[in-house]
Amino acid sequence: MTKLTIEGKTYSCQPNETVLEALLRGQVAISHACKKGTCHSCMVRSLNAAPPEAAQAGLKSTLKTHHHFLACLCHPEQDMVIKLPDQSEFYTDGTVVVNDMLNRNTLLLIIAFKDAFEFNAGQFVNLQRADGLTRCYSIANTPQESNTLEFHIRRLSGGRFSEWLHDGIKAGDTIAVSEPRGHCFYLPERRGQGLLLVGTGTGLAPLAGILTDALAHGHSGPIYLFHGSREVEDLYRIDELRQLVAQHQNFHYMPCLSGPHVPEGFTAGRANEVALATFADLKGWRIFLCGHPAMVNQMKTMVFLKGASSADIYADAFLSTPA
Amino acid sequence: MSESQSNEEATTSATLYERIGGEAAVNAAVELFYRKVLNDYRINRFFGNSDMDTQIAKQKAFFTMAFGGPNNYTGQDMRNAHAHLVKMGLDSSHFDAVMEHLGATLVELNVPAELIAEAAAIAESTRNDVLGK
Ligand SMILES: Cc1cc2nc3c(=O)[nH]c(=O)nc-3n(C[C@H](O)[C@H](O)[C@H](O)COP(=O)(O)OP(=O)(O)OC[C@H]3O[C@@H](n4cnc5c(N)ncnc54)[C@H](O)[C@@H]3O)c2cc1C
Repeated sequence: MTKLTIEGKTYSCQPNETVLEALLRGQVAISHACKKGTCHSCMVRSLNAAPPEAAQAGLKSTLKTHHHFLACLCHPEQDMVIKLPDQSEFYTDGTVVVNDMLNRNTLLLIIAFKDAFEFNAGQFVNLQRADGLTRCYSIANTPQESNTLEFHIRRLSGGRFSEWLHDGIKAGDTIAVSEPRGHCFYLPERRGQGLLLVGTGTGLAPLAGILTDALAHGHSGPIYLFHGSREVEDLYRIDELRQLVAQHQNFHYMPCLSGPHVPEGFTAGRANEVALATFADLKGWRIFLCGHPAMVNQMKTMVFLKGASSADIYADAFLSTPA
Repeated sequence: MSESQSNEEATTSATLYERIGGEAAVNAAVELFYRKVLNDYRINRFFGNSDMDTQIAKQKAFFTMAFGGPNNYTGQDMRNAHAHLVKMGLDSSHFDAVMEHLGATLVELNVPAELIAEAAAIAESTRNDVLGK
């Protein structure tokens, strides 16, 4: 018999029981449906040990790394500490150390922490205001760069949180930051694989982290970044990215403009459409799609139809919070 | 001859799902199948609307069922899950198109003809429930 612990409460798991069966017997309100590992609705996370391999069948490798597993497939091999999905989140206070503009409507926000903040480049966190208002923002740097998190915040006219960050925050202020979430990040495996990064607007934030991480890990396959906006004034980090192109033979950067005015050195068209036109076949590529939800969802299907395997498609749609 | 016969004997107790190759076979089949479906103008409007990950999970459940693998779907589940598509006009011709892609996918994966026939028969048995008849 093994012990399962959730939020300090302990449940027993009999030798032939799954974690799901044991928790249901213990009256834990855990979501579940097919009980066969197909629907993934009972996905939980182990906090103390790697879960049995069989309980991770069919999960994306990023979820596996974070010890997510399917309760219905799990026969524990040892005592486990388990986190249910959407349990109360834990927030840490950070201090604003930089708030500069990256372009006319995008704020560079850097938040410092006392202790190292564990995350994977490309994940996102929830930022929370004192009154409880909460929004998701992607981390734009990598964990190797000291105890800070970098964010790119686009001002949404009339937007409650983004306007507050732009106008109401100064260096030295504290801000509450949640645990990192999401599984749109780089894993240092299959380093010769082609990487296609497509982002609109501040979709560049997670992609910048992913790009830095891949280059730092010596990724040797071709890396293509397509960054799009309507006008050139809404792109950013153009010179820095061109600098990276000069330094890394395998890195290619295509700034794309969908508006009528396209200066030399920029590509006319939407970033996603330019990217699709660039590749006849994406079989074997790893794809990262971030930013505008309609772009992200449409591109997921398009790159899949061009041959990318669904397990190799990582995406963050910047969905807004319904009013 | 005798060898293939003894193979057959050894495998008669295995389920179709096991003989076809279990979850690995399902994963391989789903990708091929879903590309075919999305490229088919006759039926792609029934498949393209929700998030791709959700769709792929659904197709996995479909293939697991067609291969006689572990699933808890009842006829009523099938009816409920497809009722909104029937309202959109889903009919027997669309079901035929899906069956066509199911067969072509399994042929492409070199699944033996007799196993394809078994899988097709299981899928075919859901026709009335799927179409709400
Ligand atoms: C996973 C994830 C990662 C994200 N990462 C980032 C990031 O790195 N950088 C970043 O700037 N944002 C990011 N976002 C978006 C961010 O969470 C907020 O939605 C955004 O900042 C707007 O919040 P707000 O409070 O300012 O606006 P709200 O007050 O929430 O919005 C006001 C109204 O404007 C509407 N609206 C929302 N977006 C738009 C739009 N694009 N155009 C027109 N109207 C709109 C909404 O429907 C809403 O009713 C991310 C979102 C998600 C889900």
